[in-house]
Amino acid sequence: MNKVIVNGKVEGTVLKTENPINFLGAVDKKTGMIHDKKYDIFEKSIKDIVLVFPHGIGSSVGAYTIYSLKSHQSAPLAMICQKADLTVASGCALANIPMIIISPEKFNSIQNGAKIEIDTNSTNLIN
Amino acid sequence: MELTKEEQEALNGEMGETLQTAYRILLATGEATNAEKLIPIKWAHLSGVNYNTIGDSGEEFLRELSNDARVKVKATVNPMGIDFDHISEFEHIDDEFIKKQASIRDSYTRMGVEPTFSCTPYDIFDLPEKDTQVAFAESNAAIFANSLGGLKTNKESAFSALSSAITGKSPYSDLRKDEITIPMTIRMKMDNPNELDFGMLGFFAGKVGDTSVNISGVSQPNRRSCKALCGGMGTSGTCAKFQFIDTEDDKSEKIDFGKEEMNEVYDELNTAEKGDLITLGSPQLGLEEISDLSKRLTGKSFQKRCMIFCSRAVQEQARNLNYTNEIERAGGEILSDCCTCLTPLIDTNETDAVTTNSIKGAYYLKNSTGVDVNLKPLSKIIEDETK
Repeated sequence: MNKVIVNGKVEGTVLKTENPINFLGAVDKKTGMIHDKKYDIFEKSIKDIVLVFPHGIGSSVGAYTIYSLKSHQSAPLAMICQKADLTVASGCALANIPMIIISPEKFNSIQNGAKIEIDTNSTNLIN
Repeated sequence: MELTKEEQEALNGEMGETLQTAYRILLATGEATNAEKLIPIKWAHLSGVNYNTIGDSGEEFLRELSNDARVKVKATVNPMGIDFDHISEFEHIDDEFIKKQASIRDSYTRMGVEPTFSCTPYDIFDLPEKDTQVAFAESNAAIFANSLGGLKTNKESAFSALSSAITGKSPYSDLRKDEITIPMTIRMKMDNPNELDFGMLGFFAGKVGDTSVNISGVSQPNRRSCKALCGGMGTSGTCAKFQFIDTEDDKSEKIDFGKEEMNEVYDELNTAEKGDLITLGSPQLGLEEISDLSKRLTGKSFQKRCMIFCSRAVQEQARNLNYTNEIERAGGEILSDCCTCLTPLIDTNETDAVTTNSIKGAYYLKNSTGVDVNLKPLSKIIEDETK
């Protein structure tokens, strides 16, 4: 069930949302701030955190938003999703942001604010 | 995902950095969708053309990529932010935007794409034969291609479609296959729906559906309504295909789209009683819609600014058929190579709210442009906003 989409090893604090993310519509491409009121992480920044969210939605150009965040040093350290979508997978691939897919059970067990380590070379992926 | 020897060599960088990047992206999207291999595609439609959406990092990326990247298959591109023919009429647009947008346009043409600058490639070209594999990034176009055009594509991302254009390949997964799964059925409960209702149905279906949905209770919607459905659906979710059905499958999960569900979408996106200006065209209008608009405007004039977006190809056909005369006489501004979504042509210093009949337009006007939205069907816009 767990799957590596983009390799890497990072440690960081979890920012978790239950909302699927439209990167083009909801995220400021320079600062990483969420500016759509419909999100439970409204006015939070996704910079330098481990972003845990169900999956990406909406515009295909969201992949450029992810790339832009990286260029402005405002990208998440890693992304963890429950379901893969091409926009997030390709954006992370080009921007070299580690990305993994996990089971719903594992997804539910991750707590907002927790410190976690992601290592795509280890068998557990998340420690 | 299994790669051929040649694909593996490209991934290892033996054929240069550009192909290595392209295969790295295809490998990630292939893994993400559990593809077992890459297959050839015939046509790629690329998104990521508007400077407002891709920014400085996107502009630089494309400029460097275009030094040696060349498309291997037919490739078309999404709208830019502006219409270069009319830029002098929009004084608030700064030189920096114009310079960066021109650079992006030139990078794409250097790579060999057809300069369509349209989100409606299905309105410009005859579609290839049924079941042809394509790679469409623009979400409304991917949904249209799968659902009404008989083609096969996943809901590609800007980078996956670009990689497919350069390599001529896409991962063989999800909607590209003929696997039999029973999608959720959305039961349309609204009578005599107009195009705005179809947009809201699409927005709702996109939220609740997975990769594909069935829709019951709809009889032969016109092209405008179908495009509105595709636009709404592409905005809200991951769903990239729908099918109108007459008989519901017993095994399918079913969800109603009635008055309550529709009001919820309306209240999410409609935030103003009236607009300072009107935009029509997200997705860009086709020839049939321009012709219809021209008839509806006979003897009438807009009482406020109205921007009408269509592709360059459609505008040229409409001019030849004299459909544009009545629209321009009525005060409509016909703009090409751009559309409602994230265009800087809307001056936010002077505009608090925009009237539109597009759900897709409404979402991005509200969340990206940062203006309020007044949603109305076209018939009501003409009734309220013209004399």
